[in-house]
This record gives sequence, C-alpha cells and structure tokens, in this order.
Amino acid sequence: MSVKINAIDQLRLSLNILSREEVHKIHTATLDVIESIGVRFPSQKALNILEAHGATVEWETMIAKIPGRVVEDALKTAPPIYTLAARDPAQDLPMDGQHVFLGTDGCCIEVIDAFTGERRRTTKKDSEDCARVADALEEVGFWWSMVSAQDQPPESRSLHELEAAWRNTTKHLQTESIVTEPEMAAAIEMAAAIVGGKDALRKRPILSIMQCTTSPLGHDGGSLEAGLLAAEAGLPVGYMTMASCAFSGPVTMAGSLVVGNAEVISALALMQLAHPGAPVYYAAAQTAMDLRTGGYTGGGPEDYLFGAATNVLSDFYNVPLSMGAFATGAKEPDWQAAVDNAFSSFVASLTGSDMLLGCGLLNGSRILSYEAMVMDCEIYSIVHKMMNGITVNDDTLALDVIRAVGPGGNFLKQKHTRAHMRELWQPRLMDRRPYGQWEEKRDGARDWARAKAQDILTNHQPDPLDTKLAAELSRIIATVEK
Amino acid sequence: MSQELFDAMKQSIVDGDEEQAAKLAQQALAQGIDPLVAINDGYVLGITYVGEQFGAGEMFLPDLMLAAEAMKAAVAVLEPEMQRRGTQRQMLGKVVLGTVKGDIHEIGKNLVATMLSASGFEVYDLGVDVPFEKFAQKAREVNADIVGISALLTTTMVGQKTVIETLDDMGLRPKVKVMVGGAPVTKSWAEEIGADGFSEDAMGAVTLAKRLLNA
Repeated sequence: MSVKINAIDQLRLSLNILSREEVHKIHTATLDVIESIGVRFPSQKALNILEAHGATVEWETMIAKIPGRVVEDALKTAPPIYTLAARDPAQDLPMDGQHVFLGTDGCCIEVIDAFTGERRRTTKKDSEDCARVADALEEVGFWWSMVSAQDQPPESRSLHELEAAWRNTTKHLQTESIVTEPEMAAAIEMAAAIVGGKDALRKRPILSIMQCTTSPLGHDGGSLEAGLLAAEAGLPVGYMTMASCAFSGPVTMAGSLVVGNAEVISALALMQLAHPGAPVYYAAAQTAMDLRTGGYTGGGPEDYLFGAATNVLSDFYNVPLSMGAFATGAKEPDWQAAVDNAFSSFVASLTGSDMLLGCGLLNGSRILSYEAMVMDCEIYSIVHKMMNGITVNDDTLALDVIRAVGPGGNFLKQKHTRAHMRELWQPRLMDRRPYGQWEEKRDGARDWARAKAQDILTNHQPDPLDTKLAAELSRIIATVEK
Repeated sequence: MSQELFDAMKQSIVDGDEEQAAKLAQQALAQGIDPLVAINDGYVLGITYVGEQFGAGEMFLPDLMLAAEAMKAAVAVLEPEMQRRGTQRQMLGKVVLGTVKGDIHEIGKNLVATMLSASGFEVYDLGVDVPFEKFAQKAREVNADIVGISALLTTTMVGQKTVIETLDDMGLRPKVKVMVGGAPVTKSWAEEIGADGFSEDAMGAVTLAKRLLNA
C-alpha cells in the first residue's frame, strides 16, 4: 500500500542570505561569464542550437559564448510551476514554491547490508531494496537513483536502476545516471509505457531527469543530448552544479556561485531554446574542497550557505530547485552526520527548496546506510516541525486554560492539552528515557533505525507493477543492451 | 657559491612564486652555477619544506600546487643548460597517467600529475577520454614504471580493467605497476581488477607510487 507523503507544506520560517542587489550582482557577473568567457558544450547538436540563437561558437574548443539577453529571454519561457507525477497520483508532488519534498540521495557504489552490517559493492538488488524502503518511509517524497546497479551492463545500468525502482515504489522517480541518448530514449519509452503513452507522459511526468555539469564552466556532451531528448518529451530536466571552492570554482563563495550559476542557467537556457516551455529546474550541490585532500567535503558551513544561496538564485530565475542537502562526508551515521544533515536540510528548507536531496548515504554520497536513511528521515521530521513555525491565535494563546489552571497548577488534565498535544513533535529515535533504562539496555538511535529498516525490508509490500508492464520494461531495456 | 641565492630559491618555492623562481634560475645560469646544484641545494629544499609543512597541517593543497608550478618554472629555465652539460635530474620513476575512455573528468588526475611531478616523478599525462590501448602503448614507448588510470563514473570505471588487460596482453606487467583512482574506485575494486594499488587522494597517490617502486 502506498503511504501518504509527509511533505513540508508550511514554509513559515525564512532566512535572509542574499539581498536583491547581491543577487543582481551575481546574475550580472554570471551573464558576463557566459557571454565573454563562454561555457563548454561538447555536443554538435547543442552548439548548433546555441549558434542558431545568436551564440558565438568556437568549434575547436566547443565553447559557446551566449549573449546575456539570449539567456535571459530563454529562461523566461521556463514554467515556474508544474507537477512531478507519481505512479500513484495521490503521491504527486507540486513544484509550486509552497512545498519541500525529501528525496533519497544518490548514486552510491557501496552498501552497508541492513542485516549483516557488511559493506559491499552495490547491485540491482540493492536498487530494489532501497526503493522499497523509500516507498515505505512517509518522509520520502521521491526516489532519486540511490545506488548504482553495478552488476548490470554499463550501457543499460541506469535503466535497470529505474526498473528496480518502479517495481518497488509508487513514488516519483528522478534519475541522475542517464547520460546517453539511447538510454534516455529507452527511459522515456519505459515511463510512457507505465502512464499509457507519450502524450500521457507529458501530462504526468512520473520521471524527472537530473544531469551534472562539468565544473568549471563545462558540460558533458552525452548529458546535454540526453537532457534535450527528455525536454522534448516533457520530462522535467535539471542541471546540477557541484562547483567547489578552491577546486572547480574560485575559493570565494560568491565566485563559486557565479561559476555554478553560469553552468546551470546556460544548460537550462539551451533546453528552453530547443523546447520552449519545457519544465526545467535548477540543481546544485556546491561545497568547498577539503584543503588537505582535495576531496569533496560533503558538509560544513559553506555547504549550508550554498544551500540557502542557491535557493535565492533559483527563485530569481523562477524555476524549482533540487538542492543537495544531507549527503554528509561522515563515514558512519554519527555525530558528524547529524550535524551536517541537520544544518544542511534546515537551511535549504528555510529558503524553500522544492526538492531536498537526499537521505540515506554516507561518505559523501558513496555508501548506502539504511540506518542513516531512517535517521535522516527523523532529522527531516524535526525540520518539518520547525518549518510550521508558531501559530498565534485565541486558541493557541490559551488564555482560558491559563486562567483555569492559575498559579501553581498543571496543564495535564486540560482538554486543551489533549486536543493539541499531538501537534508536539514526537521522537522515534531520540533517546528521552531515564538514564537507568538506557544503562540497562545501552541501545539507541542506530539500533532502532536499523530495526525499522529491517522491518520494512522484511514486511513492506509496495503496490506492484502489472506483470505485463513489468515484462514490457524488461523488453525495452533489452533493446539498448549490446 | 652564494648561499643567499640558494635561500632565495628555496623561498621562491615556498612562496609559490613562479616568476621569482624563474628569475633566480636565470641568475644562477648567469653566475655559472651548475643547474643540478641549483635544483638540489636550492629549489628542492623548498619543495621538501612545503611537503613537511603540509604533513604538519600548516600548509594546504594550494600551497603544494603553487610550489610545484614554481619548481616547474625554475626547471624549465635550467633544462637547456643541463642538456648542454649532459646532466639530468635523478627522477624517482616514470609514470603514464590518464582518464579512461568515455570519461572527461580531469581535475583529480591533473592534481595527481602535479603532485607526482613535484615529488620527483617523470609524468606523461595522456589527458582525458584516453583509448584503452593508448596507456600500454605509451608505457612501452617511454619505458614507464607505473601506469595510473583515473575514472570518475561507475560506468567508465570498468575501463580501468580493460586498460589493465591490454597491459597484460602486451606483456608489460608485472614490471609496469598499475595504480587506479577516482571517486567510485574502492580498495575491493582495485583488488578485483588486479591493480597494484589505489589511492583516495593525491598525496596518497604519491605515497603509493613511491611504495610501488620502493623509492
């Protein structure tokens, strides 16, 4: 049975991170970069489109210098509001600026087995398992290709990941691992088969597409061409920058925002130039390089600030945002993971990320931990409660109740208390037991999270795909396999 | 010999000052100083110092990169004179590096190339999207000691295995050691495909290369 998604639907807290003037400065600098330095589009198809719309193309280097006004005009045709459809329509996700939906993180290469605790390479079976867990967790709004199905052929791996997910969850799917046209064509065919044809798919996109940029100031040719194909089919397409301070972007955050922004909006503009009105979204997971290893940090104050700032930029361009939050660099679901994931998800929610990526992975999105997945959902539920803010009205001011109890009494026996007590946040993983009880058992959040995941993996039965449909998906996948 | 000049050379590396390093190299040539002496008694001390400071957590990756660039600038000035004298720097070994076919990610690989060359390896960088057989061809051509194969995607990572197979087919191993790297690469993957080692970061790659050659 499909669960009701627990969306953050009251955005009552806010955060000021960039003034209008500062956003304008970033925008102007970005257009300067795109127009005078250019962005690399290693795709003949993409460059032809850009050139036809007035870009200057250096064919040798495949760098396009796009006039600022062309970019601005193109972005204006992007729809500000649309819906990410789900296999179960009750789980549709409105991208309307009024909601924050949690997705799973992706696309990891190792999994910590939920039962044995052993760490091993991911397979298609893990794609199925994590989709089933995502299906059961009410905090999870959509499934992002969570693990790499490394036992499947490279040319069809992304499709096996989708098939595994469609068989195991009714929620919306977002893939970030389709980087070739043949795979994208097959994915569109699979999605169309499920909703009943390509026109139906355009109305109910049960699949959205995430592509990565190649920082600094570049794209991947396959990603561009796959994205164009998806945009043509009406599937929402987003481009994600991971431009990192001191590494693939300037060391200063403002400079890295400019580099990342140039990558994202140049790609979104391309989608609009080719297919005006196609649903697109902004995506980012920027960070600061670790100064010692050169690695992607996956956490830290710069990440959190980027999360907030990117929201302001996507609002400026009036498109939804898929924001890389969570995704801690921690090796275990520990103190570091909690600090990273609490801050990053809260700050990105404060600024209204439509899509919040994503729960469940450790070590900078490399290792799936079911414990982390359940614990991240608990963090999300805290953020959810905070985003509701404080309601002030006659009922909540409760003057009558205060009068009835008076000095020295207590509020336990008040009907008002019973009527409202379930509005208080209820922990499932926080340990609020008396010390003695803890001392006896010495268990805690990780144990309870693991037990919950094990229970879901053992017992949860998602609404299955029709067997004919399942066979059709397999048939489509086989067409791209060598 | 001017100790002051050698100190300035060392300092130019520590400061990561390319122009200054090159200028001092020209001064050394004008004074008739043996280029090898300039390198070993001047510049290399700077690299060593920066390496130590990095190890102690006082300096960071950008310090190392800039020091390496300054070193390169100095060596470039001294190179012609070394050739004229028929001398050459004692290198730790030859490394052929590249990002495997289908993959255009280069920053990590470039970082490794810079750190290896700053640490005294002779590096042949094949660039990105490198055809599988090119690694073995280049390794044979330059008589390489190590081949380094980079991949950032799980789908291109399988190419690392193909490269190793071509090295095997050409009979270059076990003489030529193989190291692999990139975000999705793990110890178990490296073992499975028969690589001689893997590293998760650039400094680790240098340590690994030294270990593989007992240098």
